[in-house]
Amino acid sequence: MAVETAGSISLPRTKTRSELMTQRLAAARWFLLPMLVALAIVAGWPLLRSIWFSFTDAKLNTLYSAEWIGFGNYLRWQTLSSGAIRWRGVLADPDWWNAVWNTLRFAFISVSLEAVLGMIVALVLNAEFRGRGIVRAAILIPWAIPTIVSAKMWSWMLNDQLGIINDLLMKLGLISQKIAWTASTDTAMTAVLIVDVWKTTPFMALLILAGLQMIPKDVYEAARVDGVHPVKVFFRVTLPLVRPALMVAIIFRLLDAMRIFDLIYVLTPNSKATKTMSVLSQENLFQFDNFAEGSTQSTLLFVIIAVLTALYIWLGRVNFDAEGK
Amino acid sequence: MKLKSLVLGLMAGVSLAGIAQAADLQIVLGDTGTGLTFLQGQVERYMAANPEDKVTIVPMPSSTTDQFGQYRLWLASGNADIDIYTTDVIWAPQLAEHFTDLTEATKDIVGDYFPAIIESQTVDGKLVALPSFTDAPALYYRKDLLEKYGKAVPKTWAELEATAKEIQDAERAAGNPDMWGFVWQGNAYEGLTCDALEWVKSNGGGQIVEADGTISINNAQAAAAIDRAAGWVNTISPPGVLSYGEEESRGVWQTGNAVFMRNWPYAYGLGNGSDSAIAGKFDVTTLPMGDGADARSAATLGGWNLAVSKYSPDQEAAIRLVKFLSSPEEQKRRAIEQTNLPTLMATYDDPEVAEKAPIIPLWKEVFQNAVPRPSAPTGTKYNEVSSLFWSAVHETLSGNGSAAENLEALEADLQDLLGS
Repeated sequence: MAVETAGSISLPRTKTRSELMTQRLAAARWFLLPMLVALAIVAGWPLLRSIWFSFTDAKLNTLYSAEWIGFGNYLRWQTLSSGAIRWRGVLADPDWWNAVWNTLRFAFISVSLEAVLGMIVALVLNAEFRGRGIVRAAILIPWAIPTIVSAKMWSWMLNDQLGIINDLLMKLGLISQKIAWTASTDTAMTAVLIVDVWKTTPFMALLILAGLQMIPKDVYEAARVDGVHPVKVFFRVTLPLVRPALMVAIIFRLLDAMRIFDLIYVLTPNSKATKTMSVLSQENLFQFDNFAEGSTQSTLLFVIIAVLTALYIWLGRVNFDAEGK
Repeated sequence: MKLKSLVLGLMAGVSLAGIAQAADLQIVLGDTGTGLTFLQGQVERYMAANPEDKVTIVPMPSSTTDQFGQYRLWLASGNADIDIYTTDVIWAPQLAEHFTDLTEATKDIVGDYFPAIIESQTVDGKLVALPSFTDAPALYYRKDLLEKYGKAVPKTWAELEATAKEIQDAERAAGNPDMWGFVWQGNAYEGLTCDALEWVKSNGGGQIVEADGTISINNAQAAAAIDRAAGWVNTISPPGVLSYGEEESRGVWQTGNAVFMRNWPYAYGLGNGSDSAIAGKFDVTTLPMGDGADARSAATLGGWNLAVSKYSPDQEAAIRLVKFLSSPEEQKRRAIEQTNLPTLMATYDDPEVAEKAPIIPLWKEVFQNAVPRPSAPTGTKYNEVSSLFWSAVHETLSGNGSAAENLEALEADLQDLLGS
């Protein structure tokens, strides 16, 4: 938003574009073209197809003969013989709203934890110490392991009878009875959160670290000369200066967390307590014979993510233009 | 359109490369235990006999629910890379249109198979898959522990509960805190549908949806059976049983930490393996029965079949491999090494099989009386029916509502799904 206003203000000045400018713009368009074409093929087309399917009666075996039925998959009603009206469709489906709630809860908690822990890790890695290069590389390992592999690994570690987590906690005397982490509806979400935080904190830390390294050293020197308390330095100097990088890191994670699928699919596939929008949509698309309903759910997921992102950018005044202010 | 021709071009390039070296077959398999290693041996024997064919195994996850989603996606998109699918007994009606009709190719051997199994794989007169082995679960019990405490092999669920509890408590007091009475498959997936169908059927509660399409699940005997199972969690079964599949329960059992286990026959051979803590210490019997009218021992019918994809470019070679894998020699070997139940009638009377895998001849009658899951009357809706059923059961087991409440809601959901 901020970028656009800046553009409109500066527009009168460049009303008479120089020939060189016009040429540059034309060249830029040509350079952008391949990327736009690639995006249209890999992202635009599938998205449009999904949206189209959500308005049809498509089944997986009849994709090419699907017929348009309008908004029926979203919301429709039946008049029962008693005259009562019954609402059907995804928007009237309690399973869908349960999944929406699970997704939002998961996204909010996991991203908050990852932001705080990522910040701490980034601050540590930003300090000068011996072997920093190795530690920086090592901390990225969880992020580098494919999610399916780490989820499977954790599911054995969290296994109630044979798992190492319960074994450790028992030996340390922290629990008196083995916990069925992924089985119980009370702990299923916690288990998923533990694994997700373990896996994506390094990514968050890396993005924040990049932001920290942009902060000029002389600011800290000035603070030290003035004898400012380190905690105050963090909240008054580091945090405001790293905020743009932090906000961008959070939005990346938020987008990622909203469409979480693989981790939950492996760890707690059918638990009502952790079923997210993507998992539910996959189930309808491929497990059940409800391709259109699954498409409706993925379209709604797209809309929800788009709205949340727009809200976040607007409320957080995130500036993607590094030279903006 | 341009995109389409690009994709077609790529596909043509790939298949041309394939034709250059005779038949190049891909077979997918998601199996438990040592199933994959066994198939590798089979494939090697096949390639030794048919040197012109090259066979690659594509391993899949062991959860049938996971496999199905992937196979369906591949088949719906007309994937030509996979030639042979290993299919669960319940998938035939849902995937029939994507598979080659094997009637003609197998007309000389089909009479050797159990007619009921062939019928389960026949959809509208088309034989969609050749049965490779059949399955009916057993109650595994630790004969050493039963002897030690002077207990009889349980015939009813009530007896099983009492014996499990007593031995579990005594063993824990004797210094094994990890001992549990009974392990089974309680995760919310197809396996729970099998387990719960047995509880319900053995208690005279019907089979969810009857063969004529009547939805029968909402009855008092079914509710009582599921409530009883809910009572096992955290008393004779570990609370984690609600996330167990076949392999997790076998993990607890085979490390010697369970008195009873409900599992398929494959666990018999593995339990007697050299790395097993309980080799020679256990035996199998039929699953217990409930009480009330029509109570009987009930085992859910399982089984795996081999289907040839309609989109495979090497139909002839693929059928040749399927016939090889289901041949009498291979079924016998499978029975002895994997303790998988043969689908050929003659293999049950083989003296070598009886000697090396005594469970096989014993199980002939069990699987012939096994209960089919309602995949025939529900057709393409089966997966959703099964999912609704296992969800209702899993909710009850987790303590969210009584069986009666959950089954009543299930009945309404099933009516919505199947009625319209």
